[in-house]
This record gives sequence, C-alpha cells and structure tokens, in this order.
Amino acid sequence: MIELGIAALWAARVACVFAIVAALVVALGVRPGDRRWVDASRRAIYALCALLTVCVIVIEAAFARSDFSFRLVAEHSSTTTPTGYKLTALWGSQGGSLLLWAWVLSIASSAVLFLTRHRHREVVPWATAVLGGLGLFFTMLMLVGTQANPFAELDPAPAEGAGLNPLLRHWAMAIHPPMLYSGYVFFSIPFAFAIGALAARRVDASWIRSTRRFALIAWTFLGIGLLLGSLWSYEELGWGGYWGWDAVENAALMPWLAGTAFLHSIMVQEKRGMLKVWNVSLVVATFALALVGTFLVRSGILQSIHAFGDSTVGPYLLVLIGVVVIGSAALIISRLDLLRSERRIESLISRESVFLVNNLLLVGMIGVIFWGTFFPLISEAVTGEKSSLGPVWFDRYTAPLAILLVLFTGIGPLLAWRRISAGRLWQLVRWPLVAAVVATAAVVVLTDALEHPLALVLFAFAFFALAALAAEFWRGASAQSSLTGRSFASALARVVARNRRRYGGYIVHAGVAILFIAVAASSSFQTSRDLRMVPGDSVQVEDYTVTYVEPTAAIDSEEQKLTFGAVLRVERDGEHVTTLHPSRNYYSTNAGDPTAGPLRGFFEGEATSEIGRRAGITEDLWTAMRPDFAPLDRAIEAADRKLLKTLPEVGPEGPTPEQIEAMRSFADRQGEAIGRFASVYLATPLPVDFRVNVNPFVIWLWVGGAIGVGGALIALWPTPDARRRRVSDVYAARLARDLGRA
Amino acid sequence: MEFLLAALLIILLAWFVAAPLRGGEAEAAPASADEDPAVADLEARKEAKYREIRDAELDREQGKLSEADWARIDAELRQEAIEILKELDRVKGGAGD
Repeated sequence: MIELGIAALWAARVACVFAIVAALVVALGVRPGDRRWVDASRRAIYALCALLTVCVIVIEAAFARSDFSFRLVAEHSSTTTPTGYKLTALWGSQGGSLLLWAWVLSIASSAVLFLTRHRHREVVPWATAVLGGLGLFFTMLMLVGTQANPFAELDPAPAEGAGLNPLLRHWAMAIHPPMLYSGYVFFSIPFAFAIGALAARRVDASWIRSTRRFALIAWTFLGIGLLLGSLWSYEELGWGGYWGWDAVENAALMPWLAGTAFLHSIMVQEKRGMLKVWNVSLVVATFALALVGTFLVRSGILQSIHAFGDSTVGPYLLVLIGVVVIGSAALIISRLDLLRSERRIESLISRESVFLVNNLLLVGMIGVIFWGTFFPLISEAVTGEKSSLGPVWFDRYTAPLAILLVLFTGIGPLLAWRRISAGRLWQLVRWPLVAAVVATAAVVVLTDALEHPLALVLFAFAFFALAALAAEFWRGASAQSSLTGRSFASALARVVARNRRRYGGYIVHAGVAILFIAVAASSSFQTSRDLRMVPGDSVQVEDYTVTYVEPTAAIDSEEQKLTFGAVLRVERDGEHVTTLHPSRNYYSTNAGDPTAGPLRGFFEGEATSEIGRRAGITEDLWTAMRPDFAPLDRAIEAADRKLLKTLPEVGPEGPTPEQIEAMRSFADRQGEAIGRFASVYLATPLPVDFRVNVNPFVIWLWVGGAIGVGGALIALWPTPDARRRRVSDVYAARLARDLGRA
Repeated sequence: MEFLLAALLIILLAWFVAAPLRGGEAEAAPASADEDPAVADLEARKEAKYREIRDAELDREQGKLSEADWARIDAELRQEAIEILKELDRVKGGAGD
C-alpha cells in the first residue's frame, strides 16, 4: 500500500500547484472574472482533501496491520501497542503530524470554499491561492528527510516495532494533538480570507462574516486541546500540576489568546466599522503564532516535556513564519488607506471600549509569554548563555493581567454598544457588586485568603463577573417573560436561542471566570509534600493521615511494561477516607537491543506515572510515587551480566538455528529475571519517594473549561436561513414604513 | 493492482478538477447579483446593522439603555440601515442591467 500513499501524496502536491495557478489566473487578472478557473481551483482543493484522506487511510491501515515496512509504523508502534493507540500513533511522529496538519487544512479549506462558492468573487481566488500555498508547503515539508516522510520505507521490514512513546499512552493524548492542530489549522481560514480581502482591496466586514465561524471553531479546538493537555499533564507527568509555563504549552496558549482578542475585536468592526488595521494584524498574528506553536513542537529548538519531534523541519517552518509575517505586514501597510476606521469610539463607557481594553490586556499577556518563552534564545544570542525563565517569572507578570481580564469578563457584557449613561451603569453593576463583596467577605472569613492578596482580588473580580453574567441571563429572561407571557425557564431558553452569539459568549465568560477561580485556588492554596516512606510509615498532610501500606508490582509482558505501585491508606480524624494506588510504569526501551541491559533497560527510558487521586468538588487529594532502586543497583547489574553471558553473538550471515533457540531461551530467562526483580521489590522494604498534594478546587478548572466549550458551541450553532430571512423581512418592512412616514 | 488503483484515483480526480475548464469559452460575467462583491459587502453590512438594531432593542429591554438613549441610537441605526437598503437596491438594480 506504500506506493498508493506515495502516489496520492505526489498527486496532492500537484493539486495544490494547480489550485494556486488556477486561482491566480483569475486573481491577477489573466482571466478576469472567469468563473471556470475559480471553480477548477476550488475543485483542486477538494481533490487535495480526497488525496490526503487516502494518505491518512493508507497509514492508519498500516498501523492497524502493524506493517513495519512503513518506517513511521516501525518507529511509533509495535504488535503489542493497544489497537486504540496504534490508530492515534499517527500524530506521535513528525511525518504523521505534518500529514495531519495538511489533512485538516484540506478539510477546513474545502469546507470554507464550498460555503463561499457563490460569494466573495474577488476575495476567494486570493484566499484559495493562500490555502493552496499552505497545502503545498506542508505536503512538500514531508520530503524533508525520512523523519518527515510518512511513507518512508524500511527494507527489510523489522519483525517488531519500537512501540509508542509511553507518555503518549493516555486517553487525553489521543485527542489532544488533533485538537491543537485543528485549532492551529482552522486559524488559517480567517488568515487566508484576510489576505484575500487585502489583496483584492475588499476590506469590508464581509470576509469576517464568512470566516468568523471558522475562527470560533479554531478557538474552540485550541481551547479543548489546552484543557486536555493540562489534564494529561496533571494525570500523567507526576509533578502535581497542570500548567508549568513550558515552551510548548505557551506556544499553544499564545494563538488562543490572540484568537480570543480577534473574536472580540471583529465584533467591533462588524458593528462599528472600527479596528480594521487591528483586526487584520491580529488575524495575521494569530496564524503566525499558530505556526510558531507547530515550529516549537517540531523543531526541538527549546527544551520541552511536550516536544516529541525530531528536528528536521524547523528551518523551513521558520521561513514560512517569516514569509507570513513580513508579507502580511507589507500588504497591510500598502492598504492602510483602505483600512481607516469608519467611526470613532463615542464613549469610554461602552462595550467597544471594554473590548479594546480586553484586547490590549490579551496582547500584553501574549507579549509577556512570548518574551518568557523565547528568553532562552534571546539570552543565548545576547550573552552566549542559555537561561530560562521559570513559572515564578511568568506568574509575576501574567497574574495581574489575568486578574484585570477577569474583571472585564464581567464588565463587558453589562455594557451596551456605543454608550451607556453613568446612572444606568450603576443600576447594572450594583447588585453584582454587592454579590461579589458578600462572596469575597465569606472567603476572607472562611479561609486564609488574606495571605494571598492577588488570589483574593481575582476571586472578588470573578465573583463579580459571575454575578454580572447571572444578572444578564435573569434580565434577558425576565424581559422576554414579561413581553411574551412565557414561564421564566421557557423565556430563558427562548432568549438564549434567539441570541446565540451573545448568550453563548456569556456562557464562555462564565466558564472562563470559573476556570480562573480554580487556577487561583489550586495554585495559591495548594499543599504539597514530598515524602520518603517505607511500608508502614504514616505522615500527616493537612487533615489527612497518609499511610504507606504495601508495595505492589505487575508485569505486562505484552506491552513489555513493569509497574511498581504502592497502596496508600488515607484517613481523616481516624475515619477511613480512601485508598489510593499510585504507581509508576517502566517500559523496555531496548526491546530490539537487549545488550543495552535486559533488566536495567526497563529503568533507563521513559517512565510514566499513574497517579492516585481522590477527586472532589472542593479539593483533590493527589499522589504520585517513584521507587528508589539504588539499594538494588548491584543486584540489577549482576543479573544483567549473568543474562548477557547467555546471549549468542549473531554474525552478519544471520542467526543459526541453535542461536535462534538460544535467543528464545534468553527471552525466557529475561522474563524470569524481571519476575524475580518484581518479587524482590515486593519483599524488600525499599524507600519510595511520594508527592502528596491537596489541590483545592482544581476540578473546576476542567468544569469551567467544559462550560466555556459548551458556550462556544451555542455561539457556533448556525441560525437557520429561514429565520434570518424572516427577521430581515420584518426589519425591511419596518424600515420601509419609516421611509414612508419620512 | 496498487498502481492501477492509484492511476484510477488520479485520473478520476483530474477529470473532476478539470470539468469546469471543459465547458468551452469563458463566462466572464458574474452569474447573479448576489455574487457581486459590492452586493456581498452591502449584505454583510445590512446583516450587521440588523444585528445592531436587535442588540439595541435587547439592551433596552434589559435596562441597559434608557428610553431616550435607545430612541436616539435606534433612529441612527435605522437611518443607516435604510441607507444600506437604498444602496443595495441601487447596486442590485445596476447588476441586473
């Protein structure tokens, strides 16, 4: 099947070239207004999508069949990899990731070009050329070395593959990369249309209308990706947190923040005809930051726990980022005369003013994160020494900005467009203010929040935001109820259904406020203890008495996984609360090369933590463990020496039948040695390092995130054409009557 | 077999992509007024304006705008909407010529 994949990939490149040429034939005026070429270019993008779908099917089939003649499969899967993870191993590799990027791009491009096939006659050819160019870039990138080529072949094919990186064997990791990539890729749609609008000199709001939904889809995907990534970090990395200001985490957060700013500021352009330069700059920045995210994951230029790629495509991505930024900037500057605002802000107390402040805060945050993320490279360039900035630095500068953002999350929805009188504003804010003061006072009385002033301020602002949003829903439903005589619940459902963008946005704001409460509570009030215990030891962590009852061990010969665990009994005031089972998985990283140490090989590669966790709505009790094998070092070395003596040396002509038999015996003895080692672990009271955390309200981070995603889906839900038409007609009739009176 | 499958796929897609170009001479004129960029622009502005009017009404219903403020804003918005509708009629009439 490898030839089919290679042929499809080459045909995909040809389709991209054709799409670009056909689109430019019209855009550059060679065949002005010739719809046949526009149609052909659009069809070429559909063909690109079909061909890349074939590529993905071919590779997924190879993973499912464990066809190790595909280098990609041999390096990232094995016969023992669980089937579900075999199918998701595609994006664990560089070639697979690039294919996923190009494939999702082709799907998004096809969708937007289908939806706009009867619109934007002047903009679409340019946008098609941009999307085709991006498709060509990513399909050509797969030619850069064997790591990037998803169809690189191994001849002869090995009998067994290396298996999937153990860290990626987590359900969230199966979904997280495609979500992030979809987020990155979908931002290419508003970018392409913005470039098209600038190139065609059609910089009105119509390109925004057609691509706003794609920007929101991108923002939602990226948000889900970030949430899943933080959950994976919390459950799999064993350090006790969900966000470490790691370079790759930051790289995904920056385009999300820029996308957040863009989604707000395009409303100002749609409604008020303002911020045109800002909007095209933001969409370029968002897409460029999405490319930076891909670059950081795939280039290996910065150290990251999340970067799983080898560095072969970094320089090319850097060139693309340069072209995007410099080319777009030049285009924007050349169109400045068309990008003048149609109006000015009428009042500082208006929704557009708050959106502007919110944009500045978001961009400020991006600036801080960008500086902190790239500081190792900046410091190396200036001083010759690579030094990095840690979470304390990031927290110091982002926390105040985040606190202000939360405040404006509540203020924005209260204000009307254009202007609102001070008296009217006071009427709107007074009850949310009272609610926030009461809730904050309760927090001060019930907790030691006064010792964490920043967290306390954030709580106060978040309470205000939640109260303000609740008041918005209450006012909307009450007004609807009094107008139509419906019940409150029915009126609420109706007002949300009729104003999905507005109320969907409010729900997103509520989710964000809850998320920030969780972040502030779990980071400021966390208790973390690093403990070294042997079986029978007990320690006190906050109100909990944690007792290390006994060690556990398990061998999974299919996955070649050795699991050492611990049973922890947790009591509070003498009452049994829960029993936790943290463990650590070790994988044979040298399956194909046992001479590296048949027993030690298990402890030298990637290990994964399975945390012991008791999740609750007020706090999480979180534990991770790491056994200390130092006392058994000599025994491991002796066992390795003994085993290696029995391993036959195979000549270049291949193993003889006797050697094959000896290798089988070696594998049996290796299994026995591992089994004995597991027994020793169980019988010997080895010291184990535990981390025990009490994380308040941490679960609300994902609950808030899920609420936000729900709100985004409501905002995304399309308004039926028929309904829109009816409303339009009603207004047209009313306007006609007004005209008649005039 | 694999080669034939790949060749068949590529031929089919090439036929599909080139189909519009096999239709004879270019039809340079837009098919309908709706595809006119000026109409698309005006339609986008009209929809945005209608949304503004509805938002202003919602803001009044919710007490964010006083009656006086709403009346002033609503009148402005309606006037702007009327201008857009007039322009739309003019452009659509012109496009149909």
